[in-house]
Amino acid sequence: MSIYIPQDTTALALGAEAVARVLQAAGVEPVRNGSRGLFWLEPLLEVDTEDGRIGFGPVTNKDIPGILDALETDASSHHLYLGQVEKIEYLASQQRLTYARAGLGDPVCLDNYQALNGFVGLSNALQMDGQQIVDQVKDSGLRGRGGAAFPAGIKWQTVLDCDSEQKYIVCNADEGDSGTFADRLVMEADPYQLIEGMTVAGLAVGANQGYIYLRSEYPVAHKLLNIAIERAVEANFLGDNIQGSGKTFHLEVRLGAGAYICGEETSLLDSLEGKRGMVRAKPPLPAIEGLFGKPTVVNNVLTLAAISTILEQGAEAYQNFGMGRSRGTLAIQLAGNIKRGGLIELAFGVTLREVVEDYGQGTHSGRPIRAIQVGGPLGAFLPESQWDTPMDYEAFAAIKAMIGHGGIVVFDDSADMAAQARFAMEFCVVESCGKCTPCRIGSVRGVEVIDRIVANENRDDNLILLHELCDTMELGSLCAMGGMTPFPVRSALTHFQEDFFVQDAAGPLLEEATGVSPGGK
Amino acid sequence: METSAQNTADISHLVTQYKAVPGGLLPLLHAIQAELGYVPDTTVPAIATGLNLSRAEVHGVISFYHDFKTHPVGQHTVQICRSEACQSMGSRQLEAHAKALLGIDYHETTEDGAITLEPVYCLGNCACSPSVRINNDIYARVDAERFDDLMADIKAPVGEPK
Ligand SMILES: Cc1cc2nc3c(=O)[nH]c(=O)nc-3n(C[C@H](O)[C@H](O)[C@H](O)COP(=O)(O)O)c2cc1C
Ligand code: SF4
Repeated sequence: MSIYIPQDTTALALGAEAVARVLQAAGVEPVRNGSRGLFWLEPLLEVDTEDGRIGFGPVTNKDIPGILDALETDASSHHLYLGQVEKIEYLASQQRLTYARAGLGDPVCLDNYQALNGFVGLSNALQMDGQQIVDQVKDSGLRGRGGAAFPAGIKWQTVLDCDSEQKYIVCNADEGDSGTFADRLVMEADPYQLIEGMTVAGLAVGANQGYIYLRSEYPVAHKLLNIAIERAVEANFLGDNIQGSGKTFHLEVRLGAGAYICGEETSLLDSLEGKRGMVRAKPPLPAIEGLFGKPTVVNNVLTLAAISTILEQGAEAYQNFGMGRSRGTLAIQLAGNIKRGGLIELAFGVTLREVVEDYGQGTHSGRPIRAIQVGGPLGAFLPESQWDTPMDYEAFAAIKAMIGHGGIVVFDDSADMAAQARFAMEFCVVESCGKCTPCRIGSVRGVEVIDRIVANENRDDNLILLHELCDTMELGSLCAMGGMTPFPVRSALTHFQEDFFVQDAAGPLLEEATGVSPGGK
Repeated sequence: METSAQNTADISHLVTQYKAVPGGLLPLLHAIQAELGYVPDTTVPAIATGLNLSRAEVHGVISFYHDFKTHPVGQHTVQICRSEACQSMGSRQLEAHAKALLGIDYHETTEDGAITLEPVYCLGNCACSPSVRINNDIYARVDAERFDDLMADIKAPVGEPK
């Protein structure tokens, strides 16, 4: 009888280590699996039984004696009994490709990975030439999952077509958006999948060196990735002459140092080169002049992880999921003030409302949902009238919102949207790389102007000023940091205008002020 | 944690280890900070010489990244997540509480040298906010009471691993 207790960040943050220690003291050595991403149930204890793999959760160390007793008699009698984990609706209704293995076993156990179809994609790729692999990726319709949604196959083609002795594969594991943890879950629950995807990328474009640029806020992922890489090298899935193919691919993890902007790919490359993470002007594209000036594929963790699935199951199987030009599955991350937060992998096209209401079951506080921010700190705040938008890149762009990396942050009706707009500007002050004046200085001014609006100092003039400032940032910034910080600000102004006016004595001023059309200028 | 010792700290073994590594400055700075707790100004000339950079370049890199400290920090670094997901669950109140409890603002260290308080922008634990990181451990659903317990735990047995 195997007992499982996860070792991912969230489970650990909720006390999984103490649970493991109590199990050990009781003579049970638990398997330290990855999380399934059902974070509202963590720590989720699982047990292999005659009735399948059953779960208990969320457990604390104090529940363990009772659970061990119940397992001797009638497991279902325990108040934390969840039945078969794979039948839990939240999980059973998902379309898991990237996260099919997540939580099943020890994430760094190679045998386990191979028993679950691991490295099948790599061995298929080893039978193909570079162009054939790139064609598979093109046919799959896979678009980059880091936010910009650029077709992965086209990027790879550019790198393949470059004539260069040295090329690189860089994995963007900077995952800086609030409300996102999908990259982390891949790295902590199924790291070999990322290693496999990067190796396939190397074979495809002719690169023999890869780097994973990992944010320093992820110590658990760092540890697990390094163990996985070491074991993959030992088993010759990485290194020279991979599986006797004559092909070489080396992989190394590099830590960031706490800078949101280093998630932007050119800033990331400068950082990898050991410099300040300044955004580079494009062109040249990183695909042509990237790391150390060499042709470089920069892809998000999820993009590279999806490569393993595509090479294993075929381009067509992958592109059968999704809608419109958004093919495959989306890793939705449900976060913030939500009752059932976690990782939800579904084909593109599910509506935001279905996600927050059906999966999320409303807010954690029990109060009504007021606003939802999708796509990280540069994403708009969406009011209820927009929650029926399907999760598809184009549908979101049409309402001036973005899917980004798929993070959803829910706010209840106690949220102060003027404070959130101010925070968006403040975040830009803290994290701007400093290259463009509209971003570096505009964000500082933005904070001040919002403060004046809220304090009702020359409000009409300051509202106009704020919109002009947003225009300048949108038009005059080199990257989306400065260019999209106005999105959350403007959406807060448009949809939650009343929050900017709460300090008023009420009466004429309020009326006068709300008469200003925030969108119109 | 002795400043005098670090002022003359010998980092030559680390410089030797990283000087041939492509893009080795960040890994080197991380290694120095792991060993000394911060990156003393006195180490900059050796870094610059070893990696064939100007001192200004090295300073520029150190100052760009939030992680790198140029002054000694407390025995424990406590980071409170300020990002949106944690805000939606009350991290603004938590940070106010933490500052009041510890009697310090962000980027400051308690008088006894035990705790340095830092903001952090996302720990990737956003489904179970608010999140706090203490050294290399992350804690979920931290309210004021839980924060008090965590602080009591790290303050009690001085010198012992948490
Ligand atoms: C301010 C900013 C932050 C970004 N942060 C990330 C990030 O944390 N992770 C990521 O994969 N992409 C991030 N991106 C997008 C990258 O620039 C780039 O588009 C991506 O790494 C390309 O990989 P993909 O095509 O697989 O998505 C960011 C972009 C900007 C402008
Ligand atoms: S918009 Fe901001 S972050 Fe982007 S390049 Fe300009 S200054 Fe740097």
